[in-house]
Amino acid sequence: MMALGKLKKGKQTIIPGFKLTLGVSLAYLSLLVFIPLALVFVKSAELTFAEFWDITTNPRVLQAYKITFLTSLVAAIINCIFGLIIAWVLVRYSFPGKKIIDALIDIPFALPTAVAGIALTAIYAKNGWLGSILEPLGIKIAYYPPGIVIALIFIGIPFVVRTVQPVIEDLDQEIEEAAVMLGAYRLKTFVKVVLPALFPALLTGFTLAFARGIGEYGSVVFISGNKPMVTEIAPLLIMTRLEQYDYAGATAIAAVLLVASFILLLLINLLQWRMNRKISAQV
Amino acid sequence: MAGGKEQKARGRHISESKLTKVILILIAIFFVVVMIVLPLLTVLFEGLEKGLDVYLKALTEKDAFSALKLTLITALIVVPINTIFGVLIAWAITKFKFRGKQLLITLIDLPFAVSPVIAGLVFILMFGASGFFGEFLFQNDIKIIFAVPGIVIATLFITVPFVARELIPLMQQQGIQEEEAAISLGAKGFQVFFKVTLPNIKWGLLYGVILCNARVMGEFGAVSVVSGHIRGMTNTLPLHVEILYNEYQFTAAFAVASLLMVLAIFTLVIKGIVEWKERLQAKREAEYLYLESGA
Repeated sequence: MMALGKLKKGKQTIIPGFKLTLGVSLAYLSLLVFIPLALVFVKSAELTFAEFWDITTNPRVLQAYKITFLTSLVAAIINCIFGLIIAWVLVRYSFPGKKIIDALIDIPFALPTAVAGIALTAIYAKNGWLGSILEPLGIKIAYYPPGIVIALIFIGIPFVVRTVQPVIEDLDQEIEEAAVMLGAYRLKTFVKVVLPALFPALLTGFTLAFARGIGEYGSVVFISGNKPMVTEIAPLLIMTRLEQYDYAGATAIAAVLLVASFILLLLINLLQWRMNRKISAQV
Repeated sequence: MAGGKEQKARGRHISESKLTKVILILIAIFFVVVMIVLPLLTVLFEGLEKGLDVYLKALTEKDAFSALKLTLITALIVVPINTIFGVLIAWAITKFKFRGKQLLITLIDLPFAVSPVIAGLVFILMFGASGFFGEFLFQNDIKIIFAVPGIVIATLFITVPFVARELIPLMQQQGIQEEEAAISLGAKGFQVFFKVTLPNIKWGLLYGVILCNARVMGEFGAVSVVSGHIRGMTNTLPLHVEILYNEYQFTAAFAVASLLMVLAIFTLVIKGIVEWKERLQAKREAEYLYLESGA
């Protein structure tokens, strides 16, 4: 790490390939990612402001945004609570099957979203394993907004666990010791000492899960039932507009969603940058 | 990403009471079982519900086979391309200091942040009938949207970050001394990469490739937008699952889904092996350094 800090500007290193690798990387990313994404805004700019406003403030569209953001928010909060408990348990305690639990946390990363979608629907549908228990109690999940939340919890849980876990591992035991010496009880130590140290990581995990939630499509479309104004999410509405060859409509709806994603991406990077700085300051 | 660090035994005064521990462990296990294990079991159970014959028939049926074929073809094209570019991007970012580097790292993540549906949409805007290149493609009779090239391009977009994201922290940590030493001893660029860098990053690279592959084969949203769902032509495995499911052929849908589930589990097994190998490598290096310093 020290050697890196001492290195001078890029051109002076003897390692070859700077122009080649950076040039090719930028060309590839521009052609494949930046220019295509910019088209969303170019295409949106073809609309007059009034047209754009009409499309994006249409009640059905507004409701879809609301459902998307609210379900993502609820799922991300739930994931923060359970993600913290899981990460804590995986780092601090030992119990049989711990390694398996740890490995299973990555399943939502690796399992195709469509597979997750149909499996969750089967579980929470009226005749499903959990649906048949919950439905008589008046709790309807599949084809209702809670179904969307369930799908987003599934999709988001690894983000929280995997951002919080390494931070718990690196927590300084001595700080907790000191708190006890100063007379704090365990719960107080946790709330006043441990939780503030974990907060940036939790917030990063929350933002990652939330960002993933608002874009999620595959796992949600099966369980949500896709009823306009009730369980229709914004990505699905884009899909519907495309199927009706309403490209202007689809693009305008996408532009708003894209701006939200950009803001979240910036936030995530800012948080991670601050976390890294804190860590290197401690070292 | 998962840590293998063993925690030192903690004194009672800085740990929770036994009861709290048991409750927290039970909550964690309950969550994982209900949210993650149950869906996996459901796929298997529903797929095999009508017996092994029906299960196998769903997998060997003509449309399933062509979906499998298209999925494999897509992976064969996309994974090598994004592996090569992922390595190039990681090399540029980790071996040099230049202005705007942080911005570039952020931009690589864009495909992670963008909804898969929007990833599909942008290529419709580009190559679709009324898109920017629509006229040109139509006149030259080139089909991209609702055809295989569209699926390949959308999947390329989605999986750009995977290899680079795995490599960047790894290569950053390893620094550049070894490469500099090799070059001052007269090694050429490619020699340095294959003889010095690659052996150091091979396990991380392998995991990046496997993870990229899993996403390529499992991608649904983006591919769904550009594919046009033409049976036997532009159907990948996840799209085939959707079609079967929407036609109420649940058993067949879950049978095909179980193939994708096996892929996911295989990916995680590789991840476990890679982490184990990395720990071994780190341990060996630590021992080596220890011997060096002792001598």
